[in-house]
Amino acid sequence: MQVEITLEPPPDAAYSARDLGFLLGKHPDRLFERKISVGKTLVFFTSSTSQKAAALLYLDVDPIAMVRGPKRHAAGSLSDYVNDRPYVANSLLSVAIARVFNQALAGTSKDRQSLADQVLPFRARVTPISVAGRPELVQTLFAPLGYEAVARPLGDDGSRPLFDVQIAGTVRLRDLLRHLYVLIPVLDNRKHYWVGEEEVNKLLRKGEGWLADHPARSLIASRALRHQRTLTSAALLRLAEAGGVEADESDPGPQHEAERALEKPIRLHDLRLDSVVSVLREHGAASILDLGCGEGKLIRRLTAEPWVRRILGVDASVAMVKRAVKRLRLSREGATLSERVSVRLGSLTYADRRWSGFDAATLVEVIEHLDPAQLPALQRSLFGRARVGLVVLTTPNREYNALFPGLEPGALRHADHRFEWTRREFREWAESVSAKWGYAVDFRGIGPESGDVGSPSQMAVFKLETASRRTG
Amino acid sequence: MKITIPDFSLVVLVGPTGAGKSTFGEKHFLETEIVSSDRCRGLVSDDVTDQSATDDAFALLHYTAGLRLKRRKLTVIDSTAVRREDRSNVVKLARVHHALPIALVFDIDPSTCNERNRARGRRLGAHVARNQSWQLRKGLRGLRREGFGSVYVMKSPEDAEAAELAREPLWTDRRRDHGPFDIIGDVHGCFDELAALLERLGYRIDPFEVGSERLIRARHPEGRKAVFVGDLTDRGPRNVDSLRLVAGICEDGNGLCVMGNHDFKLSRWLRGNKVQVTNGLDLTAAELERTSKAFRRRILAFLGTMRSHYWLAGGRLVIAHAGLKEEMHGRASRAMREFSLFGETTGETDEQGLPVRLEWARDYRGRAEVIFGHTPVAKAEWLNRTLCIDTGCVIGGELTAYRWPEREVVAVPAARQYAVPAKPPVSRGGRSAQQEHDELLYFDDYTGKRRIGTRFGRTITIPAENSLAALETLSRFGIDPRWLIYLPPTMSPPAGAPEGPFLEHPEQAFKYFKTLGICDLVAEEKHMGSRALLVVAKDAATARSRFGAEDGKSGVVYTRTGRSFFRSDSDEAEVVARVGAAMDSSGLWDDLATGWVLLDAEVMPWSAKAGQLLGSQYRPTVAGARSSAEALIEAIGRTVGAVDLDPLRESAERQLANATQMGIALEGYCWDAETIDDYRIAPFHLLAAEEQVFIDKPHTWHMDTISRIADTQPILQSTVWRRVNVDEEADRKAVVEWWLEHTGRGGEGIVVKPSEWTLRRPGTFVQPALKVRGREYLRIIYGPDYCEPRHLERLRHRTLGHKRSKAARETQLGFEGLYRFVESQPLAKVHECVHGVLALESEPVDPRL
Repeated sequence: MQVEITLEPPPDAAYSARDLGFLLGKHPDRLFERKISVGKTLVFFTSSTSQKAAALLYLDVDPIAMVRGPKRHAAGSLSDYVNDRPYVANSLLSVAIARVFNQALAGTSKDRQSLADQVLPFRARVTPISVAGRPELVQTLFAPLGYEAVARPLGDDGSRPLFDVQIAGTVRLRDLLRHLYVLIPVLDNRKHYWVGEEEVNKLLRKGEGWLADHPARSLIASRALRHQRTLTSAALLRLAEAGGVEADESDPGPQHEAERALEKPIRLHDLRLDSVVSVLREHGAASILDLGCGEGKLIRRLTAEPWVRRILGVDASVAMVKRAVKRLRLSREGATLSERVSVRLGSLTYADRRWSGFDAATLVEVIEHLDPAQLPALQRSLFGRARVGLVVLTTPNREYNALFPGLEPGALRHADHRFEWTRREFREWAESVSAKWGYAVDFRGIGPESGDVGSPSQMAVFKLETASRRTG
Repeated sequence: MKITIPDFSLVVLVGPTGAGKSTFGEKHFLETEIVSSDRCRGLVSDDVTDQSATDDAFALLHYTAGLRLKRRKLTVIDSTAVRREDRSNVVKLARVHHALPIALVFDIDPSTCNERNRARGRRLGAHVARNQSWQLRKGLRGLRREGFGSVYVMKSPEDAEAAELAREPLWTDRRRDHGPFDIIGDVHGCFDELAALLERLGYRIDPFEVGSERLIRARHPEGRKAVFVGDLTDRGPRNVDSLRLVAGICEDGNGLCVMGNHDFKLSRWLRGNKVQVTNGLDLTAAELERTSKAFRRRILAFLGTMRSHYWLAGGRLVIAHAGLKEEMHGRASRAMREFSLFGETTGETDEQGLPVRLEWARDYRGRAEVIFGHTPVAKAEWLNRTLCIDTGCVIGGELTAYRWPEREVVAVPAARQYAVPAKPPVSRGGRSAQQEHDELLYFDDYTGKRRIGTRFGRTITIPAENSLAALETLSRFGIDPRWLIYLPPTMSPPAGAPEGPFLEHPEQAFKYFKTLGICDLVAEEKHMGSRALLVVAKDAATARSRFGAEDGKSGVVYTRTGRSFFRSDSDEAEVVARVGAAMDSSGLWDDLATGWVLLDAEVMPWSAKAGQLLGSQYRPTVAGARSSAEALIEAIGRTVGAVDLDPLRESAERQLANATQMGIALEGYCWDAETIDDYRIAPFHLLAAEEQVFIDKPHTWHMDTISRIADTQPILQSTVWRRVNVDEEADRKAVVEWWLEHTGRGGEGIVVKPSEWTLRRPGTFVQPALKVRGREYLRIIYGPDYCEPRHLERLRHRTLGHKRSKAARETQLGFEGLYRFVESQPLAKVHECVHGVLALESEPVDPRL
């Protein structure tokens, strides 16, 4: 990966293009080499006349040193080792800029300080760079800073096209370097696997004076933040990769956002929670098992209800359980809440002895995330083994999808939904379940009812028929 | 005084302060056996006399004692325990853990106590011992009623000094008795069937007279012991004769009998207690009324020798009439006695209409086999290491015996139906009790840190974090656990080649095995695709009866993390059908005497499963490396100036060439797989079939057998292989040449294994196989430029220890699970291993190895 900085003064300029050498602290007629932590940097001038000078910084990343070095992660997945990081411009190039052009970045020049303080007509070219998002992002990032920017595609071989990015603007050299320093990793937007927290903070410090007013500042800031991975989620990632399937980061966040946005005008999820809570209240369910609790929205609602004595939330994702514990502040608040509420990892397709003895179980928008082939296991574990007295279950009503603007015909509301049922399908399933396991069931719609298609969400309330079971 | 206590009991030292309890305790018990309230008071407050710490001290005392009892350790409580309420807490604790509470009482004169306290420098008012002594004496006579099994009272320091203490095993604890045993189900007066069964088992019954009152003697010439699960009488035709025979066997020490609920009721009737003479007791009573008083006394005495249960054979075998939970084995309590007589008696039925008493067996996870009767079943069937052998002889079924350690079931049919069953014995329509139970696994069986014992001489530990990761993966993405009987281990490469242009070379693999003294090897072509396990049954009915799955499938194909290999069920069904057809036409079903097989295979093309990684990782790497090198070459090309950039240009050109090579290697493993015909499946192990795990067959057998099916089905591909004698240079050379040629044509590499599966050598575990990957292929693993000398030299020194340990552990765990499956062990036991392999797979290790 490389960045080339060109200075081409107007014909009447009072300085020579070769002054670029002074500004950068590199002699235009020499090859500069320096080893840094991640590899070798080289600087040479591709041209060095008084009309035009261009300095090229090339970073030759040592992929082996990088993963063997002191900053090495605990052995990760194979993608930590073989990837485009050593070749396409990313935060490593920012590190190289900071090391090799440290004086220039600070705005000082031993021999040409006045020139360093002036705005000059610079160009910079970064090659190759893999832009996360549309190529227009280059404009979005650099145009507000006064650059003309062009992204030329380098041929599309993989899922992320590579570009040769050129910007031109009349700026101080220190500002040019700082803009590059911060914005190269933002364009790239990949995890800085080998860059420590400290380096990330440096990225943000280099934004002083211009980042605060940048229209895309929130994008820049969020992209510059690095993801944290826990031991368990790292382990999961390895498994996902070993299975030859796309890595599942257990973070369905954005997709949930999409579903919420779709349903937003009717605040459907709030209505759903209202309905579930009122059913639980009607039945005086003091101990509640919330299966598929997600981040704990229903639990939070229930903790506000004085008649609720005990809640166990269960989710199949380690990451989700952690998030729920955090959101519900279970590890922080006084003992009272943690005595009433706990959240545990569990699975709807295994039986679980911890599920017995609850007054009620809730499954709010959960079953549609299971494979239809896994439903029999859920039925056995919940209705057959745990035999909870009251089961409140909601699921989308597929018929209503026709009324959602922006949802293609036949599409499901959420990418992870394995199915969505019509009212009839839901009724048939629920009735066969209740007949088999000795429950009585009735149905309610959730949300505004609309003629032929019913309500957006549907709810079934199963009650264990204890008396008839014992005599029969 | 001689004090005899069971070697598992809760001993309570009762007496006022200064009575000599601690001195007695030190003399007769291990220091660790004694939990003292003074010591606990010290532990929580730094002051053994701090009375304000009493509540916390007793909380600690009960907690500590409880943990010891849970672990079946004799425990001595040294506190004054002179008040009834203090003792009742202790008795409760003993009951919870099914331990016998024993009171050793020090009824010592308070003045003696005070003298001692003074001598020990304890500053206590004289009233303290006096009050305590008074309280003690008040309750002394009621101690037995409080629930103590035995009470010994020492009236003076001399008594205490002279006391001898002996420990004995509990009556139920016969762990030293290793049999062999023949365990016999509920007789219920079916004397003829009992005699026939005993004869079938090889017992000799002495001649006897019908109508006599003499006991009937019988013995086995090889000294086997008959163990009866109880319910000897009632409802059947010859109750007295049955009693004569069983009592005769037991009296001579040729047998043992545990008490059933019918025997219990009979003994109450014989003692003259008021009982309802119904449910078949009427028949027994009528017969007994015709016998002499002396005979009835003798029978009553015999019934008195029956135990609640027996704990036999080093703790590996438990006999109880109605079964027994693990926490009650070899223990004593009223709850235990009631459980073993009547089972769980909630009176409810579960979802299948079975009595809820089966609950304990469903939850049973113990190591001991529990053999029981009580509830008639149609067939003696295992459920989680429990076996009910009451096959309803008296209602026209069979009288069943279980032979131990042979683990055989022997049964004789009833001559006729003597009584009408209250309800028909439980039957399950085709599936076994175990399979029915195995419809569901319990999540909480797999959480936390786990230890799994294997038959390969090693117990494998699974850390909690990894256990959870594996559970999440299995529950969110895994196939039905009933199909998921095995997951394959990881495979290690050999040590890095010490020199030359190669990172890996066959010579290092040869050397590894030679060092272990294994010279007869095979080298097999390693296919570059995705690992897949294929479970294929003859037909859906066979699949259902063997695997218990209800999805109507005849087989499944899954990945090495237990996910479905194909996205569509129809693709999977098609592959299963084709492999099944190949099994048919090759005649292998019959040759292997099986209705199902498990194949370990590589499925190509790689791109079919790795599409995502190709797009997000490998192709961008090639493209990035190429673009980066090209950009530099371009810049050097337009540079004017004095700087010598030739070395830089050369290096950039090499990088460009390396990236191009990597792209070629990569694309060789990619092609469109639109239909099943585009796939190539190369099985390399035939791992298991009915009752067989084929790791006892050499790899040559696997290769030959697999080529028999591969020859008949175009999507199946056989594997090129060679045999190598490590000591023959020519053999080694031929393999190296083949490896060079094969990898030069884009092959991934070879796998070198001992010809015979060898899991261990004295003192070490052997790698089941080593993979030797080709020079070009390794670019995909180590990056395009790895073979540049400056990189290669550093890569040669790689740490293999963890990878190899992981491979060995996963191999053992995988095969352990497979053996458990072919032995028809409960699914929970098979799943434990599968889950374990997956959990180990989530341990961090250099993924390039």
